[in-house]
Amino acid sequence: MTTIKLKNYHAASWDEPLVMQMGSPGRRGAILPSTESGISDVVGEAKNLVSPNMQRQSLPILPELSEFEVEKHYIHLSQQTMGMMGVSLFGTCTMKYNPRVTENLVYQPFVAQLHPFQHEDTLQGTLEIVYRFDELLRELSGMSKFVFQAGGGADAAYTQACITRAYHASRGELAIRNEIITTAQAHPSSPATAAAAGFKVITLPLEADGYASVEALRAAVSPRTAALMVNNPDDIGIYNPHIKEWVDIVHEAGGLCFYDHANFNGLMTRIRAAELGFDACMFMLHKTFGGPKGGGGPAVGAYGCTEALIPFLPGPTIGKNDAGKFFIEKEGPLSIGRVREFWGNVPVVIRAYAWTRAMGAAGLRDAANISVLANNYMEKRLLEIPGITKGLPELTKRRLEMTRYSLGALTADTGVSTLDVQNRMTDFGVDAYWLSHEPWFIPEPFTPEAGELWSIEDIDYWIDVLAHVCQEARTNPDLVKTSPHNQVVHKMDGSGLNDPKKWATTWRAYQRKYPASNK
Amino acid sequence: MKKNTEPSPHPYMANSNNGNFDQMMKVADVSDIEELFEQIPIAHRTKRDFDLGPVLSAESSLYRHMTGILRKSENCEDNLNFLGAGCWQHYVPAICDEMVMRAEFLTPVWGTPSSDHGRSQAWFEFASQLGELVGMEFVGLPVYSFGTAGGHAIRMAARITKRSKVLLPRSLDPERLAVMKTYCSLPELTGYIEIVLVDMDSATGRIDLNDLKAKLSDEVAAVYFDNPSYLGVVESEALEISRLAHEYGAEVIVGVDPISLGILVPPSEYGADIVVGTTQPLGVHMNCGGGVGGFIATRDEEKYAVEYPTLQVSLTNTSVEGEMAFGLTLFEQSSYGSREQGKDWTGNSVYLWAIANAVYMSLMGPQGFRDIGNSIIERSHYAATRINSIPGLKVLWPEGFFKEFVVNFDDVAIGLDLLHSRLRDVGIFAGKDLQSDFPELGKSVLYCVTEIHTKEDIDQLVAALGEAIK
Repeated sequence: MTTIKLKNYHAASWDEPLVMQMGSPGRRGAILPSTESGISDVVGEAKNLVSPNMQRQSLPILPELSEFEVEKHYIHLSQQTMGMMGVSLFGTCTMKYNPRVTENLVYQPFVAQLHPFQHEDTLQGTLEIVYRFDELLRELSGMSKFVFQAGGGADAAYTQACITRAYHASRGELAIRNEIITTAQAHPSSPATAAAAGFKVITLPLEADGYASVEALRAAVSPRTAALMVNNPDDIGIYNPHIKEWVDIVHEAGGLCFYDHANFNGLMTRIRAAELGFDACMFMLHKTFGGPKGGGGPAVGAYGCTEALIPFLPGPTIGKNDAGKFFIEKEGPLSIGRVREFWGNVPVVIRAYAWTRAMGAAGLRDAANISVLANNYMEKRLLEIPGITKGLPELTKRRLEMTRYSLGALTADTGVSTLDVQNRMTDFGVDAYWLSHEPWFIPEPFTPEAGELWSIEDIDYWIDVLAHVCQEARTNPDLVKTSPHNQVVHKMDGSGLNDPKKWATTWRAYQRKYPASNK
Repeated sequence: MKKNTEPSPHPYMANSNNGNFDQMMKVADVSDIEELFEQIPIAHRTKRDFDLGPVLSAESSLYRHMTGILRKSENCEDNLNFLGAGCWQHYVPAICDEMVMRAEFLTPVWGTPSSDHGRSQAWFEFASQLGELVGMEFVGLPVYSFGTAGGHAIRMAARITKRSKVLLPRSLDPERLAVMKTYCSLPELTGYIEIVLVDMDSATGRIDLNDLKAKLSDEVAAVYFDNPSYLGVVESEALEISRLAHEYGAEVIVGVDPISLGILVPPSEYGADIVVGTTQPLGVHMNCGGGVGGFIATRDEEKYAVEYPTLQVSLTNTSVEGEMAFGLTLFEQSSYGSREQGKDWTGNSVYLWAIANAVYMSLMGPQGFRDIGNSIIERSHYAATRINSIPGLKVLWPEGFFKEFVVNFDDVAIGLDLLHSRLRDVGIFAGKDLQSDFPELGKSVLYCVTEIHTKEDIDQLVAALGEAIK
């Protein structure tokens, strides 16, 4: 038996009801200022300001709670969320610290209380930060201009799909150039946004080297090629050494090349996307640049491109004149327009700028080194655990910031799946790990990434818990399969989630489908 | 002596001390850190050093640097703001900010039903409460914005009806129209959806029903309209618009500002099939436009549910009787589940704001929504009435609006740029200049008045306008 000292953890469990089940008629959580008599004297009763057919008759059925009850309820919910306050070596997403100093700054009126249509003279500080951050990303990527309108990495991929469309349309070639090439291991947002934009998607398969082959790419390109959208490295952790050749092949065929740099951690300060020949790239400010993840946004997919694509960028863009004044510039005739309203999640840009300045160039180099080193440290220890293999184990190349592993051997021996292990690890204060994007090329996958944030103690603890759970799978598989046991609630019953008669995305739907819940 | 590859200790990096770094090097069997990067061909490595400016790793230096720049902007708290137009200044209760700053909600990825039960519950409470406001039973997790919600809804309707034309109102927010256009592809490609604008009745600001009738056909996938419209007016013939659309088998998509739904009838009651809207007014700061968020809601019918591009959480049970859990429903049809075969695409969205929205709706409750609706409509009408009484100024549609209204300046000599500059000088951010987007409205400005504006604020605006147009 193992002698590891695991934490005697149990999640907070308040048995918290739904907010819709709480409260009492007439209780108030917020009061509005009463309308001054001088206003009522002029406009009369509010009721008369809406035509009778447009007046709401019955009030919405919402909770009636005092202010403290609402606060307490949502604090309970936050406490019932592990939320990375355990150990989260969540691959692909690169868990980062979100410095409190900028968190506090972005709730100040000089960030929170700004309107995007304020005159540019009144937004000089905000524009300066956005412009300066554009400069930092240009320095890191070699691109000529960045925009921050895209509300996440997928939205930046969509920006690329739209720019691809506009670029070829402007050359009169769009009707022919209707194919976008990507790889099986590219993030799903690349094929999905390409298809949503109207392109046919060609997916190159993963091959033994850990990436798709040059031959497969050569066979895929044609006069129909509009663009290439790739990650490098992807979750397998291998850098494609032929990437420059790839770019040349696609350019020769007349297509554009987009580098999905969502996770830039392993390559920071070693390469510049533009020097590799890419026309555009994307950084996710919460994956690499210290922005908060928020459980899924608000995020920013910072989209950068070379000079040739600037006319196609979504607008408005931000510039700086010779006098040092910052200005907001309306988009030109070739622009794709908008992928989202306004010019981006400004508070996220502010946080990312601050994070980058706090790190500096040397700090980014250190972070890349530490991330890649930590991944290789983890690999040594993980491969000592029986039942765990590395994805593409025959590849001896060092993996960059993350590696995909397989619990396939453990599952074959014990019947315990990677989902069971993921659940069981949460019983020891470890956040749910990342499995793999669909489809799974590697059986029973998991993809840890230590990044530069987590301490060696945290990394060791995470591995110790995994080793312990793998051992439990052999000695007491039911314990793992029925987990979690120390979490807020027990194992979810997912059997009805895709059944129209059973699913319920609102309380009202649930009450209708399960009348007993009304009691 | 410090080797040049060893990191410098930094507060954001635990293993940046030499001891841990060396320990990892030893276990990983690495003698030179560059070994780990050998696979990157030399020809791919950059030759130019990186200049990111002086490092600000001391928090105090960083704070000073950041505030030094950010304070150069003027804000809507120190000034009197009447800009709306897609991003609205409402009061954000302190508890909304408290919750979105909680590290458990702020920091992580989305987690699983086992690890992050509390956040899944908060998301379910977001969807449930929003569903009550709009009168719909199936609600997705939020999307990037109002405009992207509209774009997705159009694509849902096109898939449902297998048609490829949509009718949008001429009065649509140009910012959102630009977004929705990108969602409709281009004629050269498959999946192209043609956008046709329906005229505005210049007497009322509402949709011109005759033009709608003329443009409707059995090729139309959806009729989209906002309530209230971008220009502020309540589309009081909504029921008739829906009836006409349904007559041709088109879906009805309605865009709403949910803060109006304590006093305005929910769109489900006048024929909406798909409701979209903004979430920003519900407890999220303007953030210079970075507060925007959107939602999609429908009846709980399979026909609609299977076309959602979003993720959504469903209430379910656990292995223990009486316990609630929350899991993702219809994950397989998302782009995470099916890549290019999925419905549009999804990714990071504005899920943190969903928590602020849930808190906001819980705080307001039924009476709070009634009261805020009344407060807004009274204040905005007071402002419109007072402005309309200024000689030379004219409110185009002085009745039947909610919180925004259009003021026309055709009868005064001053240009709007100069006027707005004068107002800025006295601490007033006037409304949104409509001249370039709506030239047919002449020299017009869209004003927004909410519950934050006191009578005194409005009187101050009226006095300043009177002065500035002289």
